[in-house]
Amino acid sequence: MNASDLDCDAVIVGSGPSGAAVADVLTAAGWSVIILEKGRNHLLELEAPFGPIGHYSNDELKFVQRHFLGPDPVTEPRTFRRAESDGDHLMVGHVNALPTTVGGGGVHADSKLPRFREEDFHLRSALGPIDGADVVDWPVTYEDLEPYYAECERSAGVAGEETNPFAAWRSGPFPMPPGPDMYGAVLSMGAAEKVGLHPYRAPTGVNSVPYDGRPACVNCGFCGGYGCPIEAKGDPVALLRRVLRSGKGEIRPESHVVEITVDRSGRYATGVRYLDRDRNEQEVRATHVVLAAGAFETPRLLLRQGLANSSDQVGRNLMYHFQTFTVGGFPFPLHGMRGRSVTGAHDDHIVGDDAQRRAAADAGLPWIRGGLVEHGGGGQPIREALVYGPGAHHIDAMRDSNLRERLWAFTMQGEDLAQASNRIDLDPKIKDAWGFPAGRVTYLPHPHELVMSEHAGPILERVLREAGAEWTITSTSPPQGGDADLSPLGIAPASYHIMGTCRMGDDAATSVVDSSSRTWDIENLLIADSSVFATSAGYNPTLTIMALASRAAHLLTDTPLPATTPH
Amino acid sequence: MTSPIWLTQGEHETLRAVMDRLIPGAGAAGAADYVDLLLGAFSFDPPRIFAGGPFSGRHGGEAGFERWLDLGPVEEIAWRIRIEGTKDVPERSFNGPVVGWQDRYRAVLATLGADLASQPAEEQDRRIAELDEDDRTMIFEHACEAHYGDPVYGGNVDGAGWKAIGFDGDVLPRGWTDAEVSEP
Repeated sequence: MNASDLDCDAVIVGSGPSGAAVADVLTAAGWSVIILEKGRNHLLELEAPFGPIGHYSNDELKFVQRHFLGPDPVTEPRTFRRAESDGDHLMVGHVNALPTTVGGGGVHADSKLPRFREEDFHLRSALGPIDGADVVDWPVTYEDLEPYYAECERSAGVAGEETNPFAAWRSGPFPMPPGPDMYGAVLSMGAAEKVGLHPYRAPTGVNSVPYDGRPACVNCGFCGGYGCPIEAKGDPVALLRRVLRSGKGEIRPESHVVEITVDRSGRYATGVRYLDRDRNEQEVRATHVVLAAGAFETPRLLLRQGLANSSDQVGRNLMYHFQTFTVGGFPFPLHGMRGRSVTGAHDDHIVGDDAQRRAAADAGLPWIRGGLVEHGGGGQPIREALVYGPGAHHIDAMRDSNLRERLWAFTMQGEDLAQASNRIDLDPKIKDAWGFPAGRVTYLPHPHELVMSEHAGPILERVLREAGAEWTITSTSPPQGGDADLSPLGIAPASYHIMGTCRMGDDAATSVVDSSSRTWDIENLLIADSSVFATSAGYNPTLTIMALASRAAHLLTDTPLPATTPH
Repeated sequence: MTSPIWLTQGEHETLRAVMDRLIPGAGAAGAADYVDLLLGAFSFDPPRIFAGGPFSGRHGGEAGFERWLDLGPVEEIAWRIRIEGTKDVPERSFNGPVVGWQDRYRAVLATLGADLASQPAEEQDRRIAELDEDDRTMIFEHACEAHYGDPVYGGNVDGAGWKAIGFDGDVLPRGWTDAEVSEP
């Protein structure tokens, strides 16, 4: 292809944290970039000076009930089944509906941005295999990634403190001090410390002080699930605004990529074809194609074309976080709808102790690992009201507000082991509004996740009792046990942390991308989102997504960041 | 009162009575108006689906909720399927036929009877209990949305639903002070 035929140096599919991180690095290196985003733009003006667009608001109806950030389950349904024996699918509609919008999952998240630990990247070597799961080492190490973690913390703006004894080493301090503890977290962190755990203020991509031209958070409480009306969340608006200001980057919303174009050899991508807002077919020709559509949509696109899949690993090893929810009801209000949804955390169940090792041994497992436990609360009233049901009791139940005002919750983001049978593929019957097959999840947890969850639940209930809860209860997502079908969160995993469907590795036979995030089959096709994760770790994935994406872009432009050392 | 947008006057009265049985006070606080605006959302341009931002104006700042946002073409398909149904329109029929809320409400309100609002509470409850579960679920979900959603959508008039449960609603741009977040 002649250079004059090219529209840009790189076309990026998806504008969430991964696409934004790639675009930010590429444009800083002088590359021209076009970002195609299937969803709408409510994030920022696309004309200079690229200011706020003013569409986000404290509006539960719009964001939670009416799918303002997409995907709308009517026009973009997804399907779920536990195993092939369930038939085509068990349910259709809202499955892992990470936003389809300019800014992607960064928009709706309450932006907990922890790093992984060193051993997360060499879990197989450190802890060994587990039967029935595919535990592997990553082809990158924490040391490889540290400079990029630090860069992404600065670019998104992360507030935190270095008090977590289990945290990986850092080359510098957090860019901002932590924001205020929610009242419930004051109680639950104090109680956690009393029972011997090690709580700390959760690293959060929300400004605690004015930062990078954006204001400090004013604690409105419409955080998790909502776009931030005042831009106190930096991920990824800060990065996308810089991309636009560079003059080298363009964002095209409502652009639905339908095909990655490849040359005759099939080894070289030439660009993408997409449908614009009016469903007219358009083409972008680029030297590199970067997929950043998320661990659900990226494999869906590749599987439709059968691309980059000589390993048969595209879509496989789908991992979530196996979520354990322990909630406590308090005899007094906690006003959990003020603040950043979650302000405290502890990592003890990732590292484990003698009791956790015994629980593993008793279950016949060599080891178990849990996840970061979020100390959070809040919620808005429509979702609460739906739980209480109709009738004369309704208003009294809402006023008592066992499930909102007087509730505090722990969410453990439990490590989910990779299994080849857990996967994204194409549903044979259900279609999206464009007529393409819907993505389908086939997922069953490994016993590891269940054993870990059963071990952690009673500990978390004890902490909440110690904090003053009158009652406690533990549940999981996906739900387990006899009444699993009745879970208000649904039968499918409710976690939006979705990873591993195009795993990274050292061997083209068993992985989809190499250690620099290039697909083995097509040298100029990169994958920047959480599809590439080799393990799920027990940490919220976004900062690691961004760091990997940033590293891939730095390697691509031959501008790697220098190695770092502990500060 | 002003005429309903999509419902008939009689349907509106019936629905208001139903809403008050599902959530005490919801009908009086505009829950039938909420459903009426939803069913008639496409009588407006832009359609009354997504209220604007960034602030309501109730706590300072520029009031923007009434600057309704445009729908994109795919969003319009989704909301027309929900509200009007697929109605054999090819671009809406990618997963087969769907009966929309307009037709479902019309049928449900006819089943409940034009005299529902004048019946004793027990009779109202009996008729509501006899509805299909899917229809009851739809109406209750709309009752919750109406009574606890922002007043701009037609229910929760003057924040009556929020006041009844002690919920503060939106608080921007004022927000909460650090002390209000961290202390009892």
